[in-house]
Amino acid sequence: MTAIETIDLTKKFDKLTAVDNVNLKVDQGEIFGLLGPNGAGKSTFISMLCTILKPSSGTAKVEGYDIRREASDVRRSIGIVFQDPSIDDKLTGMENMKLHADLYDVPRDVMHSRIDEVLKLVELEDRASHNVNTYSGGMRRRLEIARSLIHYPRVLFLDEPTVGLDPQSREHIWNYIRALKKRENITIILTTHYMEEADKLCDRIAIIDKSKIIALDTPQKLRLELGGETIIIESNNNDLLSEKITEAKLADNIMITEKELNLTVENAHTALARIVELAVSNGVYINNISIREPDLNDVFMYFTGREIREGGGGKELTGMAARMRGRIK
Amino acid sequence: MVTPVLWLVIFGSGLRLSVSIPGVNYLQFLLPGIIAQSLLFTAIFLGISVIWDRQFGFMKEILVAPIGRISIFAGKMLGVANAAMFQGIIVILLGIIIAVPLTLIGVSLAIPIMIIITVGLTCIGLIIASLMTSLESFGTIVTFVNLPMFFLSGALFPVTSLPSYLKWVFYINPLTYGVDTLRGVMIPGWHTLFPMSYELLIIVIFDVVTVIIGTYLFTKRQ
Repeated sequence: MTAIETIDLTKKFDKLTAVDNVNLKVDQGEIFGLLGPNGAGKSTFISMLCTILKPSSGTAKVEGYDIRREASDVRRSIGIVFQDPSIDDKLTGMENMKLHADLYDVPRDVMHSRIDEVLKLVELEDRASHNVNTYSGGMRRRLEIARSLIHYPRVLFLDEPTVGLDPQSREHIWNYIRALKKRENITIILTTHYMEEADKLCDRIAIIDKSKIIALDTPQKLRLELGGETIIIESNNNDLLSEKITEAKLADNIMITEKELNLTVENAHTALARIVELAVSNGVYINNISIREPDLNDVFMYFTGREIREGGGGKELTGMAARMRGRIK
Repeated sequence: MVTPVLWLVIFGSGLRLSVSIPGVNYLQFLLPGIIAQSLLFTAIFLGISVIWDRQFGFMKEILVAPIGRISIFAGKMLGVANAAMFQGIIVILLGIIIAVPLTLIGVSLAIPIMIIITVGLTCIGLIIASLMTSLESFGTIVTFVNLPMFFLSGALFPVTSLPSYLKWVFYINPLTYGVDTLRGVMIPGWHTLFPMSYELLIIVIFDVVTVIIGTYLFTKRQ
């Protein structure tokens, strides 16, 4: 069963295109990650699916309902946790929950049992009678997740659910999300710019950059796409070394970051010896060398040529590095 | 809350000496004006809650809920109107405390009229809030609307005593009719500018127009 299907979904703000002809399908019961730097268009994409924003062109179906023509059916079947807090902090946790239950027409006779149930899920049952302004950031987030579940949505949107939280709260929220999927079999769409989050949590990931989906697969397959392992070298002359490695065709892909060379090779252990040899014969001094399994960070870099960075739009590979990448690919 | 007290007690006592209305105690004359003023100020100022909600993200939560935009607007309107009515009633109580002559019938007729006045005023506040994006700009615009509406409504002095070249400003202000009908029911023997049914009709038309514009702008701009 398809939970979400977008058809040429596009959103333009004046001249800026925030979401550009996106076509994708999300299956029911899937945790689907939208990964991309800030400003890539993730939130806009979600806002359209939630019927807050109208698409400029194209459309989408959520649980079979068209987001343009059947907006209120869509709204009834989704739950959403926004990127920015949207809880009334002058009310208590319980009052927030009741308000939400009323907004979504949850029958009064089951309201209390449902509220207790979801509060228990996020372990906030003993704080429910306290004002929200006494809650910590992580607790507010958990309350928002609980709130979005009261009306038993079929699709849950989480827009950067753990941004600005400490590692412990983050781990907590991940656990809830996993538990939720297991128990309710609901579809979860999650946006994030944390690689780790996408990697650990998602069944499939779409990498969004500059308003387009540039890659879509399971985290494992995305990593495989890079082919093999990564060697990271720090040397006193990265440019020269990378040129020599390219000439000798020792690596499938080379990227130069600030002070490192990232090489993608099929088998790091055999390649390593030759690379060191090459460095020595060209008089390049290697400060540090390490091998690691590629993670999603490498995947993101491979597809976009940039690193994903918190707070910014990522760092561009420029000049030499960009040319190098083009040549090898 | 403090403002109506200041207006009634201090301004009232002061101005009583210079404004004389034949047959009417000045405080009795002023009370309906101050009721209208507190309705006006509260109703319009609380439009700010729309901007508040928007800035704190709470509005989004309401907007994705499966409820119509019109009900959201209506809910907001009722909430604000309620608060304004509460203020208005406090002013009546204040009037009783400082011994303004009032009749039970006068007060019980005044309350439904106050409700009718509040609806339109509330919508003005919400209209401004729908158009504004920041709290600061809302504050600035509101002052530009509030004060002229108050001063040019005949709340402080009788419209009939004005030179005719100034009168038209009062006649285009819907609050003038609000103040005048309130006086019509609260002051025995008060002669309204127009027959009271006309004045009520004007206020109702004003309500309908502002509700329509307000609903339209609110649904459009969120």
